[in-house]
Amino acid sequence: MGEKAKGFFVTGDPLIYGADVSIIITLLGILVFLTYFKKWGWLWREWLTTVDHKKIGIMYLVSSLLMLFRGGVDALLMRMQLAMPNTHFLQSQHYNEIFTTHGTIMILFMAMPFMFALFNIVIPLQIGARDVAYPFLNAMSFWLFFFGALLFNLSFVIGGSPDAGWLSYPPLSELAGSPGPGQNFYIWGIQISGIGSLATGINFLVTILKMRAPGMKLMQMPLFTWSVLSSCITIIFAFPVLTVTLALLFVDRFFGAHIFTATGGGNPMMYVNLIWMWGHPEVYIVVLPAFGIYSEIVSTFSKKKIFGYKSMVFSMMIISVLGYFTWVHHFFTMGAGADVNTFFAITTMAIGIPTGVKIFNWLFTMFRGRISMTQPMLWTLAFIPCFLVGGATGVMLAAAPADYQYHNSYFLIAHFHQTLIGGVVFGYLAGLYYWWPKMFGFKLNDRIGKWAFWTWNIGFYVCFMPQYALGFMGMTRRVYTYGWDMGWAPYNMVSTAGAFLMGIGFVFQVWQILYSIKHGERDLTGDPWNGRTLEWSIPSPAPHYNFAHLPEVKSDDAWWDMKNHRYGAAVPNKMKEYAPIHMPKNSGIPFLMSACWFVAGFGLTFEWIGVGIAGLAGVGICLLARSFQRNTDYYIPVDEIKATESSLGRVV
Amino acid sequence: MAQPAISMDAHQEHHHDTFKLLGFWIFLVTDCIIFACLFAVYAVLRTHTDGDLTGRELFEVKGFTAETLILLASSFTSGLASLAMQKGSKKHLLGWLTVTVLLGLSFVGLEITEFAKMASEGAAISTNAFLSSFFTLVGTHGLHVSFGLIWMTGVMVQIGRYGIDAHTKEKVTIVGLYWHFLDVVWIFIFTVVYLLGVM
Repeated sequence: MGEKAKGFFVTGDPLIYGADVSIIITLLGILVFLTYFKKWGWLWREWLTTVDHKKIGIMYLVSSLLMLFRGGVDALLMRMQLAMPNTHFLQSQHYNEIFTTHGTIMILFMAMPFMFALFNIVIPLQIGARDVAYPFLNAMSFWLFFFGALLFNLSFVIGGSPDAGWLSYPPLSELAGSPGPGQNFYIWGIQISGIGSLATGINFLVTILKMRAPGMKLMQMPLFTWSVLSSCITIIFAFPVLTVTLALLFVDRFFGAHIFTATGGGNPMMYVNLIWMWGHPEVYIVVLPAFGIYSEIVSTFSKKKIFGYKSMVFSMMIISVLGYFTWVHHFFTMGAGADVNTFFAITTMAIGIPTGVKIFNWLFTMFRGRISMTQPMLWTLAFIPCFLVGGATGVMLAAAPADYQYHNSYFLIAHFHQTLIGGVVFGYLAGLYYWWPKMFGFKLNDRIGKWAFWTWNIGFYVCFMPQYALGFMGMTRRVYTYGWDMGWAPYNMVSTAGAFLMGIGFVFQVWQILYSIKHGERDLTGDPWNGRTLEWSIPSPAPHYNFAHLPEVKSDDAWWDMKNHRYGAAVPNKMKEYAPIHMPKNSGIPFLMSACWFVAGFGLTFEWIGVGIAGLAGVGICLLARSFQRNTDYYIPVDEIKATESSLGRVV
Repeated sequence: MAQPAISMDAHQEHHHDTFKLLGFWIFLVTDCIIFACLFAVYAVLRTHTDGDLTGRELFEVKGFTAETLILLASSFTSGLASLAMQKGSKKHLLGWLTVTVLLGLSFVGLEITEFAKMASEGAAISTNAFLSSFFTLVGTHGLHVSFGLIWMTGVMVQIGRYGIDAHTKEKVTIVGLYWHFLDVVWIFIFTVVYLLGVM
């Protein structure tokens, strides 16, 4: 027990002591601020218990930007270590921990919540709904993500970080290879937030299928809505596999089972298959909504209907199905045989076809359009060549025989960063700039934004192009240092410089946000971009109930059609009569229940059975308490709607 | 809050009820995938006995046949509970749900006895890969059943308190769906694990 207590707090590294101090100072600062300004009640009523999809979206956004910072710092630490040969800035153990947390955080605690932020903020507004199908469950999803991420990040200062890679392959991630609590933090952090992601998938699928505004047919939905639909279908089929895989790894570690162990008849490669059955669809889960965002932006800023709407829809649905049949390309070197590898090589290359169709459609939408070079459009334009190169190197990797050469080299690292940054991050940032006025009521400053854009983009190519070369030169991923004799030094130095440029780009963005809060151009119309879809038909930020009247949709690009033919929300009408609006009540249960999950996860991480059981019992009690609740909704009275609408200038 | 001209909103509100059922069906899809993965893992590992202790030596026909009959019967009684609910008979509804819970309890009891007996014979979850996958698959189903028992009891308390109304009707329907689903999963366990195991 004494041994265990000694290892509880991570010690020995000045970086970590620095983190300890800054965490304590930040926490104290927050506590003092909330107490001094008497904000505890406000925090509880307005945020912790909210079931409003717009506020949940903002909380997702803030968390994901914080995680982008943490994952980015991890990346810069790695690049500093690799800038020169024979560096001892980080120890090998510390380096292992950092590449593990960098990958896990960037995919699961940055990309996923960033995506869910945009789902939450945009989807109900875009389909003309007042909320999601299950608002309570939506709050639960957020808090499960939040506490999962908290648990994962706690490993930095308590118990020690996981160090077996972002997908934690056994046998290394088994008890024999990773005896400390780090790996358990990994399992429970992801497991808890994963349940939330699965629930979000179900929630938005039902929202889109069942809650569209009257008249909006499936083939009239905006393409972002379609992309979310395809992403949700993929979530529903992929995330349960992740749940099982992590649970089985935990069973191995906790009960001494032999499912993935190298001894006792276990099969480690089965883990690799299972985790990629989730992991590959996962990259399509995050990139499909980005495709939807690009479609909205290209159409809006070219002042044209999207080219090839139907083919856009079909290619997204094809991608979400095909994405399930490519997982083996992550380990062609497993040696499954030529026939199996051929199958997966062909499916992988086949995915390039619908993706190519989409690229052409975006280009044809811009062709002869009246293009305005706004910030969202800049990021979209940067995405196209970047993703094209990323896709082309992907097809190179998909050639199974050649993959034996590229496998686990820096060529692969450069490839997936190019698709995940150039495809996903650029897309989400484009979406952020595009919908920012709808969220907060003002635009983000253009001049600082352009600095951010160019440093990000130049930084990206400076960072990752040399890594393709390094891959060909034989540098493998996860090496923590190398000698002068390898000849990798100049390329690594350039790459590190690029990484820091991207870091500077991020700093510009933080500055841009802070600057624009005070000086940003206010959006008084609710339609700052001359948009085409329903979210632009209501004030910015949207009132609590979104739509005072549910819109009647008659065509695709519904809001554009209303503006052109002068009907619906495009015509201010003093004769409008309001009706009371049915809304869900706030609830503290999602927060409390997720906190109980956190306690359970923490207990199981340290194998403190009592704490684990207490946490799970808390989860059960919260579930029962919710089941017994009956008055979970209320009506917003007409007077309140009238007052809100006239304060927003919507009643003539 | 009976106000005129809320047809649209009432429309959406009405739909909220069916949303829950649809959402639960989708949840069952995800649960199906979870079990599919566990079956796949079992299929890969069932021959990985690392020497000794195969299914043929361990599984007892009497025990798993009894478990099967009991769980099938409980699915039937939960169906009878739904019928009683449709007829509006609170007494019969509660009666059949009680029978269902008791049958479920005896199923879980039998399973625990079976597991304990196997462990005492030296066939524990940590013995070999075959047993690891066996205990995980069958144990996950057992946990689902146990969770269902608590859930069903909670629903029964609510019926006792509020009677049969729209809320409790929906709850009985959903917990019933869950119960039938577990029955279907058990049929597969019975076939793939036990029958193929003793053959």
